[in-house]
Amino acid sequence: MTHYEEMMAKKNEIMHSAIGINYDDFEEEGISFDYERMMKETGYTIEELQEIQAEFFVGNTPIIEMTNLTALARKLAPEGYGASIFIKDEATNPSGSFKARRASIAVHEARKRGYKGLIAATSGNYGAGVASLAAKAGLECIVVQETYDSRHVGQPEIVEKARACEAYGAEVLQLSVGPELFYKFLQLLEDTGFFNASLYTPFGIAGVETLGYEIAMQMRERYGKDPEVVVVTNAGGGNLTGTARGLRKAGALNTKIVAASVDLSGLHMASDTDFNRKSFTTGHTGFGVPFTTNPDRSDVPRSAARPLRYIDEYYTIRQGEVFYMTEALANLEGLERGPAGNTSLAVAFSLAQKMKEDEIILVQETEYTGAGKHLNPQLSFARENGIEIFFGNPKDEVPGKNIILPSDPSLIEAEVLELGGIKRSYLRNQINKKGSKDFGERELEYLREEMNVSQAELDELLKEF
Amino acid sequence: METVKKGTWVRIHSIALDVTDRAANIPEDTRSVPLEQWTKGRLLADASMGDEVQVKTASGRTATGELVEVNPQYELNYGKLVPELIEIGESLRGMLWRDK
Repeated sequence: MTHYEEMMAKKNEIMHSAIGINYDDFEEEGISFDYERMMKETGYTIEELQEIQAEFFVGNTPIIEMTNLTALARKLAPEGYGASIFIKDEATNPSGSFKARRASIAVHEARKRGYKGLIAATSGNYGAGVASLAAKAGLECIVVQETYDSRHVGQPEIVEKARACEAYGAEVLQLSVGPELFYKFLQLLEDTGFFNASLYTPFGIAGVETLGYEIAMQMRERYGKDPEVVVVTNAGGGNLTGTARGLRKAGALNTKIVAASVDLSGLHMASDTDFNRKSFTTGHTGFGVPFTTNPDRSDVPRSAARPLRYIDEYYTIRQGEVFYMTEALANLEGLERGPAGNTSLAVAFSLAQKMKEDEIILVQETEYTGAGKHLNPQLSFARENGIEIFFGNPKDEVPGKNIILPSDPSLIEAEVLELGGIKRSYLRNQINKKGSKDFGERELEYLREEMNVSQAELDELLKEF
Repeated sequence: METVKKGTWVRIHSIALDVTDRAANIPEDTRSVPLEQWTKGRLLADASMGDEVQVKTASGRTATGELVEVNPQYELNYGKLVPELIEIGESLRGMLWRDK
C-alpha cells in the first residue's frame, strides 16, 4: 500500500474521533439511512441555532430590495412581467459570507466537546468563517486549501482566502492541485486531534437553516408574504439544503427553491492544467452536479447536505453573465460584492423577467470582495492565462477557452438543467452502490424522499435501468 | 549565505505525495507531478534559504520543509484593468438614467 492508501484505509476511524458522530447509528436497510433522525439527534432547533449565532454575531443580515436591477429587468420583460428582486446581504456576517452560519455551529460544537482546535478543508469562504469564529472562541484553526498548479501559480481568489484565514490567526496549509488534499486533511486530523469542521455534518447544515428561516420572517414582516422564489447558488449542496429546511421550518411551503450553478462543463476539477482556466472556484457545475447526484461523496460517511430532496428547479449560468451582474450590482445598487456569490443573482435577473410584476424573487446570499477576490483581478488573471474575454452572446462561451460578457443585458439567460437527468444519475449511483435495482420497501421509500418523486415516477425511472 | 535567525516568520515547502504515491483515479496531467505543500511558521533554529528546517506554525504544530521565503508577503492586487468592465458600468447607467 502507498502512504496515500494507508491513510485512506484509516478514514472511518479518524473521522469518528474527529466528529464524534457514530454514523452507523443511522444506517438502515441496504442503501438507506434515517436522514431526519440524524438531523434531529445531532443537530439543533432553530431557537438553539439562533442563540449560538447571536453569541457570535452571525446572522440577522439585512434584505435589500434591488430596485434598479428590478427596473432594468422590467425594461427587458414583456408588459406586466418583471418580479421584484431582493438580496439577502450575507456579506455583512463576520468574515463576509453566509459560511459564518455553518462555521458558528461547528465552532460551538468543537468548543462544547473540548476539542483544542478545528480543521477545515476548503479553498473558499468557509475557511475564513471557521478561522474567524475559532479566533473568537479561543480555539486553534488549520485550513487546508488547494491553491496552486504545478507552476506555483495560484488562483487570486484562493490566495486572498488564505490571507483572510491567516489574518484571523489560522494556519493555512496550501497544496497543489489534486483530490489527495483529503489525505493531508486526514493526516492533520490524526496528528492534531482537532475537530473536523466538515461542511457536511448535521451542524454544518443546521447552521444555514437560520438563513431560510430569517428570509420568511423578514419578508412577512415587511411585505406580508413569503417570496415566490428563492435562488440558491449550488455547489456542495449545503447552502441549498440548509436554506430550504429553514424555509420549511418557518412554514414557507409554497416558496419555490431554485438551484443555480456556473456552467463549467468540459473542465476537469482535478486537472492541473484546467485548474487556472476557470474563473470560479466554487458555485459551479463541477461541484453542483456531482454533489447533487451523489451527496455521500463528501468527507463524512453520510452528508447532511442532500439538495435533491429540496430543489424545485435547477439552472446554469455562464461565467461572463455572473461577472456582468457583479458589475451591475456595484453600478446600479451601490453594492460591491464578490463575484462567485452573484451566481444566484444572475439567474434571478433572468428568471425575474419570466415572473409577474407583483411576485418576489429573492437571492439568498452575497459575499465580501477585495484584492484578488474581485472581478477585475479574476478577469485579468484569466486573460494572462490565455482565456479570451470579449463582448458577445454568452451562449457561445466555452469554459476554459473564453469568457463572453453579454453585449446587452437582454442576452443574460439562465439555462434549465433538467432535473430528470439529475435524478436519473442519482438513481444510477444508488443502483451501482447496491449492485442491483432490487430495492426493498424501506429503500424505495428512501429513494422517493431523496429524489423528491412519487412511487409512480420512481417506477418509471427504474424501468430505464 | 546569510543566516536566517531562529524565530523569524517564514514559508516552507515540501512534497506531500511523490508521483508514485498519487491517487490512481486522477487525470494524467495531475498524476505526473508531485502533490506539493506550503505552510508558514516561526523558525525553530537558525538556518539558510533552501535548508530543510522546522517551524512552529500558527496552530502550534511543528512542520518540516525547505525554507523558501523569509517574511512571506501577500502579492495580491486588483490586476491589470479590464476595460470592458468600465464599459459595462457606463452602458448600464446609461440605460437606466442618462438616456432618459
